[in-house]
Amino acid sequence: MSSATMKPAVLTTAPKTAARNRARWASSRTYISAVLIFIWCLLPFYWMVVTAFRDVGYTFDTTPWITHFTWDNFVTAFSTSLGNHFGQALLNSLFIGLVVTVIGLLFGVFAAYALARLNFRFKFLVLGFILGASMFPGVAIVTPLFQLFTNIGWIGSYQALIIPNISFVLPLTVYTLTSFFREMPWELEESARIDGCTQGQAFRKVIMPLAAPAVFTTAILAFISSWNEFLIASQMSNDQTQTVTVAIASFAGSQPHQEPYTAIMAAGTIVVIPLVIMVLIFQRKIVAGLTAGAVK
Amino acid sequence: MSTDATELPVETAASPKQRRPLPRGESADRKATTQGRWAATLIVPAMVVLAVVIVYPVINAIIMSFQHDSGLDPATGFYVAGGFAGVANYVHWLAQQCNTSGGGTVGCAPGTLGSQFWSATGTTFFFAVVTVVLETVLGFWMAVIMARVFRGRSALRAAVLVPWAIPTAVTAKLWVFIFAFEGIANKIFGTSILWTGSNGPARFAIIIADVWKTTPFMALLILAGLQIIPAEVYEAAKVDGASAWQRFTQITLPLVKPALMVAVLFRALDALRMYDLPAIMTGGANGTTTLSVLVVNQIRQGFNSAAALSTITFIIIFIVAFIFVRFLGANAVASSTPSEKGKTK
Repeated sequence: MSSATMKPAVLTTAPKTAARNRARWASSRTYISAVLIFIWCLLPFYWMVVTAFRDVGYTFDTTPWITHFTWDNFVTAFSTSLGNHFGQALLNSLFIGLVVTVIGLLFGVFAAYALARLNFRFKFLVLGFILGASMFPGVAIVTPLFQLFTNIGWIGSYQALIIPNISFVLPLTVYTLTSFFREMPWELEESARIDGCTQGQAFRKVIMPLAAPAVFTTAILAFISSWNEFLIASQMSNDQTQTVTVAIASFAGSQPHQEPYTAIMAAGTIVVIPLVIMVLIFQRKIVAGLTAGAVK
Repeated sequence: MSTDATELPVETAASPKQRRPLPRGESADRKATTQGRWAATLIVPAMVVLAVVIVYPVINAIIMSFQHDSGLDPATGFYVAGGFAGVANYVHWLAQQCNTSGGGTVGCAPGTLGSQFWSATGTTFFFAVVTVVLETVLGFWMAVIMARVFRGRSALRAAVLVPWAIPTAVTAKLWVFIFAFEGIANKIFGTSILWTGSNGPARFAIIIADVWKTTPFMALLILAGLQIIPAEVYEAAKVDGASAWQRFTQITLPLVKPALMVAVLFRALDALRMYDLPAIMTGGANGTTTLSVLVVNQIRQGFNSAAALSTITFIIIFIVAFIFVRFLGANAVASSTPSEKGKTK
């Protein structure tokens, strides 16, 4: 801003210093912005963790670091005496997420291979359908499925939670894998064959190692999206099969009309920490997977 | 049927299946046919699964939407038999007409679900427009910063992923806590607002939570678009004397537009089906009932009426998607298919 106005004067006296000043000003502006973004993204998360370790009597303490340290909130989060089933919900979400991810990958890998590597009629149509399906509103299928599952007595069963999740995880896996597969150096398969590999060997020794990261990344994205699902789970589950998102949303405290915030934040921390660790480790891959297909 | 398949361009990097030396001309034909058959075998299972979990429920919902809900009518207390209803369910929502004890219809009483369709539609679009605009502006800023080269860049990119990874249900609870009456937001701003207790603040809280949670996704999509702009273009423009603003409007914006439009499309469709945040933060109270919240509230009062409402919601979202793709050039399908002009691997 100010650099534009002071340019002529500085340029005549000491062009080099001016350029250096400008570069320094630009880089410090970048750092200020970066710090702002950093704080905006992490502060609410930090606040959740701080609250999770705070004694319930000091729920609304505003000290910006952990005070009145306690593990009690985590004990409360897992306690079933108040009618919460957080531990069970963790297992449920894990189980549902794994099943949905495996199914999504199983069907997704083959479809994505065909979409990325083969030419056939209706390819455009199939891609359009998959993409449309991935943006599909969950409410549009929740009503008929709710009626159907009520009629056949599936409400509260695992399959009632798994089947709807496939509707948004499968398009996601197909779409992401297609973009990944398109980027892969498939010529290498050819080269391996020329070098004397059998087709099986070429697949096992060349293609599989190349495709594994893509499949793995897609698996993470699929698992996260199933893990985070709330709408369908809140309608189709019961106390025994509810997922973590439902458990957290309906977390009950000892006092009526008083939200047990510290326990909820503890539960939230437990749910989020594995995801955050995963995100930090696989940051590059996840970004590649998220943006795959959106550009190029 | 098969003639069409043979017309398709054949990829040069052939898979080993087709490596058998065949007479020229004939090989291309046969290759395309085998590819078509192969492709069908690989794709059909996924399509069948999608048909079962998406197409079947949607068709089912449409059929249900033309049926009466059997049971006691909450407004009249009379028993209503099921059966074909024509467009009665749609009229119920679109005209906000409820049954009367006399057999006719009147405008639904305030407070009933039937009276909320248009306000819910308004709320949904209000949330969608405000959040997507905020997320686009903020996301663009984040993307521009993340595209710069500086130490700590990868730490920043990792930090940005944290809100994205947190489940929306947890996000909702976290922001409810922040916006609690005794919460940190009121302390910081020195206010004593019941955030989730009245219209304006409740919407504000939901918008902030949504922007916090989903701006990173937007930023990463825009960043991916920024990164495919070659640096030489900027160098050339600099040499030609273009100002920073000119470089932004003349180079960055037009070149990033395809990625930006796809990102906006994704987010807009996502925002139009917003459910988790209002459902958990306010339960839909105080002017935060979106169409998705309304559908879910209706499910327990009558499947068929809920099916009509979810079909309307689906159509609204479909129309928005159509407008985006047709008139605003957000062609997600085209950008995900390789371009004809020699794609580099």
